[in-house]
Formats: sequence, C-alpha cells, structure tokens
Amino acid sequence: MLKTFPIGGVHPPENKLTSGSEIQNLPIPAGVAIPVSQHIGAPAMVNVNKDEKVKTGQVIARSKGFVSSNIHSSVSGKVSKIDTILDSTGYRQTAVFITVEGDEWIETIDRSGEILTDIKLSSEEIIRKCLESGIVGLGGATFPSHVKLTVPAGKKCDVLLINGVECEPYLTSDHRLMLERGEEILIGVSILMKALKVSRAMIGIEYNKPDAIAHMTKLATAFQGITVHALKVKYPQGAEKQLIKALINREVPSGRLPLDVNTVVHNVGTAFAVYEAVQKNKPLFERVVTITGKSVAKPGNYFVRIGTPVRDLIAAAGGMPEDTGKIVSGGPMMGKALSSTDIPVVKGTSGIILFPAAESERKESMPCIRCAKCTRSCALNLEPFLLMTLSEKGLFERAEKERITDCMECGSCSYTCPASRPLLDYIRLGKSTVIKMSRERVSKQ
Amino acid sequence: MSLTIPITIITLSLLALVFAVILYFIAQKFKIFEDPRIDEVQAALPAANCGGCGFAGCRNFAEALVKAGSFEGLNCPVGGATVMGDVAKILGKEAVAVDPLVAVLMCNGSPEFRPHTSKYDGVPDCRMAHSLYLGETDCSYGCLSYGDCVRACKFDAMYMDPATGLPVVIDDKCVACGACVKACPRHLLELRKKAKKDRKLYVACSNCDKGGPARRACKVACIACSKCFNVCEFGAITIENNLAYIDAFKCTFCRKCVTECPTGSILEFNFPPRKPKVEEQVETKTV
Repeated sequence: MLKTFPIGGVHPPENKLTSGSEIQNLPIPAGVAIPVSQHIGAPAMVNVNKDEKVKTGQVIARSKGFVSSNIHSSVSGKVSKIDTILDSTGYRQTAVFITVEGDEWIETIDRSGEILTDIKLSSEEIIRKCLESGIVGLGGATFPSHVKLTVPAGKKCDVLLINGVECEPYLTSDHRLMLERGEEILIGVSILMKALKVSRAMIGIEYNKPDAIAHMTKLATAFQGITVHALKVKYPQGAEKQLIKALINREVPSGRLPLDVNTVVHNVGTAFAVYEAVQKNKPLFERVVTITGKSVAKPGNYFVRIGTPVRDLIAAAGGMPEDTGKIVSGGPMMGKALSSTDIPVVKGTSGIILFPAAESERKESMPCIRCAKCTRSCALNLEPFLLMTLSEKGLFERAEKERITDCMECGSCSYTCPASRPLLDYIRLGKSTVIKMSRERVSKQ
Repeated sequence: MSLTIPITIITLSLLALVFAVILYFIAQKFKIFEDPRIDEVQAALPAANCGGCGFAGCRNFAEALVKAGSFEGLNCPVGGATVMGDVAKILGKEAVAVDPLVAVLMCNGSPEFRPHTSKYDGVPDCRMAHSLYLGETDCSYGCLSYGDCVRACKFDAMYMDPATGLPVVIDDKCVACGACVKACPRHLLELRKKAKKDRKLYVACSNCDKGGPARRACKVACIACSKCFNVCEFGAITIENNLAYIDAFKCTFCRKCVTECPTGSILEFNFPPRKPKVEEQVETKTV
C-alpha cells in the first residue's frame, strides 16, 4: 500500500497539462525588476547604485540579519532605477530595475554542462555557500535554506526528507526537474545530507508521476543512503508536517518545527539550486516556472530569470487567452491572484496559471449546513466551520484556543465546502489577528 | 390530626428564623460597599456603551469618574459638555472643557479620480482585502470601499455613498466614539476638532507614496509639493512621509491652502461661497 498522511486531505482534479513538456529557456527579457524581499525574513539591503553596470550572478542586495537572503542580478546590464514595484504580495516593494545588455555572467560560475559528483566543501562551507548564493526554499514558502541547515545546539537531525510531491494541481516544475535534472538533484541531496551530517535521505514523490519515481529510483541506486518513496496522491501532501507523517510516521506537535522530531524537509527544486550553488558556483537567479491554463495555446515549463515580468512568460505561452478571468501565481489551491502582468517572477513563483473567467468566479456563499466536510478534509484536525464563525464574530481568544494558528492555509476546507463558504478567508483573517494579539502580549510582558 | 397545621407553622417559622439569622450574618460579613454615586452617574450617562471614552462601557466609566480626582482625560464624547456638566454636578467637581470631535475620511478617491485596475471578488470586508493586496485601484493607502467603518458605527452616523464608493459621515449624528477609526485597516478615519458651523478643512488623502506614483494612482492625491506648507501662516501644516497634514487645533480656516493645492486634495465643507478671485488678488497685493 502506498504511504500517505492519515487525517484529512482532498483530491482536486490534477490538470497537469504540462507534465510532458520539456523545460525550455525563456528568452532574456529587455528589462527585469528584482524585488529585494523574495524570502521570509528581513528584506535584503540594496548594494548597487543607479547607472551601475551589473553582471549576471552579481549580488545586488545583501542579506540583513540571520533570517534573510542575498539577492543576485539575473541579467547583465545597467541598473536603471531603484524604485518600488507591485509584486506577488499584492503591495509595492523595493526592487532593483535592470536594463538588459547582453548576457555576461560573473567569471566564477562554471557554465560547462559537466556533472560534478565530488563534494569538496565541508558542512560549514556548504551552509555559507547557501547563504551567499541566496538559496531559499523553492517549494513556495521561500524560507532561507541556510537557516534550515543550521541545526541549533541541543537539537539533532537523523533523516533528511526531500519533497518531490508537487501535490498542487497544474504545476509540473518539480516533476520536469526530476526527469531532466535527476542526477543533479541527487547530488544536491547528498550535499544537503553532508551539511546536516545525516546518513539517510528519503525522497517522497506522489504516484501520479510514475515516470519520475522510476527515473529517480534508478538513479538513486548509485547514491549512498538515498531512497525514493511513492506516495498516494492526496493534497496537501507537500506540506511539511504531512510529508513527515507520510514518510517516517512522526507527528510534529502543534506550534513546533520538523527539527523537534529530528528531521528537516527540503524541496527537490531547492536540492537542484543547492547543487548549482555548491558545485557550479551559480547563485539562485533563475528557476523553473510552469505556465499553464486550460485555454493557454502553448503551456509549458521554462527556466525563467528572476525579475522577468509575468507578461513575458504569458507571451511565450502564446499570449493571454481572451477568456482569462484570473491570473494566479503558484498553485490553484494556495496561489495568489495577480492584479497586474507587470509583476515580476520571484524565487517563490512555481507557476503561473491563467484561469478562464467561468472557472475563476466565486460561487455564491450559502448558509452552513453542518455537514462537517471541512472538518473531514482538514489535514491538521481543525474545525474550519467553527474557526470561520469565531473569526467572523470577532471571538479571537476562543479561536486561539481552537488552535487557529495551526492552520497552514492549504484551502482544502474552502475547496470541499458544498455551500461555497469563504472558510479560509475568515480563518486567515482570524489567524493574522491572533498572531498579532499574541505578539502584543509578548511585547507587553 | 388537628395538631398537624400548628406544628407545620411552628417548624417552618423556626426554620425561617434560623435562616434569617444566618443570612443576616453572612450579609454583614460579605458586605461590599458601593458608592451610591456610581449609580447616579451611570444614570446621567447616555447608556450607549460605545466605548468612546476608552472604558468597557458606561458603568465602567462611571466607576472611573467617581474614583478620579479630577476629570482630566475623562470625557464622554457622546454626551459632550452637557452630560459631563451633569456628572460634575453630581460629584461636586469641576468639568473640564473638551473640544467636541467629529470623524472625517482622509481619502477622496472616488472612481472618477482613482480608476479601478482590478476586480476583487473575495469577501466584501476591508480587513480581508487589505490583507490580500492593495485593492481594486492602484493606491495602496486609499479607501477599499467595503464599509467596515459603516458596520462599526453604532450611531447610524455613516453610510456608503454608492456614487463615490466612499463612506460619508453625518456630522450631526457622529459622536466621535472612534469605532470607525479602529475598524479601518488603513487608518483612513481621523477624529478632528469640530469647528463653528460644522466647518471642515483637511487633506483628504493618506497616500505616502512619492508624487509620481501617488498622482498616477489617483488624481486628487497629495503629492507633498509643499505649496500648502509654504502658504500657511499659522504653522498648522506639516509634511511627513510625502503627505501633508493640517492640525485642526492650529488651523484658522483661512482657506489659502485650498486654493493653492494643485491636485485639489484639500477639501473644505460648510464655508460661505468665495469672493470673486480678482478682489482676492488685490487684497493680497496690498498686504
């Protein structure tokens, strides 16, 4: 029987339209806008000036504090301005605008196609390399990887889990990466293992990608300690806590981290970025993005330079279909609607989905009939209908007791609700209010 | 048989006596003294329980009033000077004069000035839209138009104007309880000093972006050009974070800033019509 997590979960239509399309290089755009905050934590500090010449891979913003990340130029050219731009957070953020001139990379990057298996760096050097290369979790949460690799004193890690689940419908960037860059990913996993000083790594892949499972299993035989595991297809299996439960049957307690159950989870995309950073000296300035949608003419997977406007990506896919009602960055379940096509691709952009108008409109919300479908779908054992009501009525103390902050906002409850109630909208509101309240409480003490 | 009734009466009377004695002593032992003036003060308050005074309700405020040495910092915005005068009489204290306030909206971005750039189809709630993105227009500071403030108002003093998509404050009904100020996720409402004849003059904008982006998002945005700051003779105008602000306590309602403002972001209400422009120019020249 295939492994999976025991509680909750849904299975939305997969719609993986692009699982057969090879990853192509998106042509370098005429200009990019690179936001300085593409990760969780403090925004990076810009260290280039207007009219300065930059090369591809050059640091343009330095990390500020431990939980932060370096930002590199994804193109070569001239800094045209440092201004604000609307990005996928929905608000304007500081960004470095670069006008492209040629494509001159910094000399230290190894651009040969050769695959380097030998890991020369020590554990500390690998972590420093991740920090310098601006590696963040590419699964979508964009948590700086060097923080995750630094095991605090008193904690230990005995197994590394690699997330190749890609449970979101439509997205295929990790799938294609595993098929086309499998060996690099496995070397990346070995590097992560060395950094964490663990001897065992497990790669979890959902069973709707049998080709990737077969390919990775075959390649993994050459690597010590890495095993590949097929998982049942169920959303949200790509969530950290659910993947840990599915693969090694450990439960992360409420409000705790994977390290509390002696494990760390990294995405396959991150493993690939770590390979490129450590073995090839290439900082994170491009990533695989899936551009898809039911009426898109040429959906596909592309290596996209960070900062490329979404408009260019849509153009490469054959232009915006006339019936487009919504542009979503990320997966359809957890992704965010974009309000402009000028928004740049950032480190956390795993896909751009163009939904037809008919599919993108919300259905009318009806009264709750207490069918408890939302409770059954919740992978974290919460009661979404109750949390929604508490948040709607402003009973935030009670919502806190009902563990509203445990919610990972996967959207299974809203997806499954037969009355189309905006469950997640209210839960998100309650969650942010509760977090604000508890922060105020801490600062008062 | 005939004794049943007298025995019952005697037993019950004895029991009643015993309980009465117990209850008397318990009542004496656990007696809580409550200042009778609290009830009197509470009766004088408007019983709106709006929280505008900063206390949980009128009872809570009455307790605070009775306990307080002076009325400094204690004011019932709903009752105003009359109610506070009554309370002062009950407590034999001096009432502190407090300027009455009124809520104003620091945004004038109707669709005519601030074009829509996207469509929001989520829950029509300002807090939610605010947490997701800058809103249906390009201004990340302006009114979201979903009416959280109107829902928060317990005095029916606000309504949404369907033409402008902005909330309107009915001055006569507004008691300055501050519920709308707290409800607005973008902090667009401010309690300002109520002037004579309900005159109002303020910068109806909260956009902290630089001039260019602010103007592109909204035609009536404050671009922090400093013209109003330079023309004001009373030091009532400050400019901070690319935004001008008029201090209602210093403003003399001379209205010079209104004519000076190139974007028309300073609004005036309830003023008599202006004199023809020519005369005004002559006047300034002679000065």
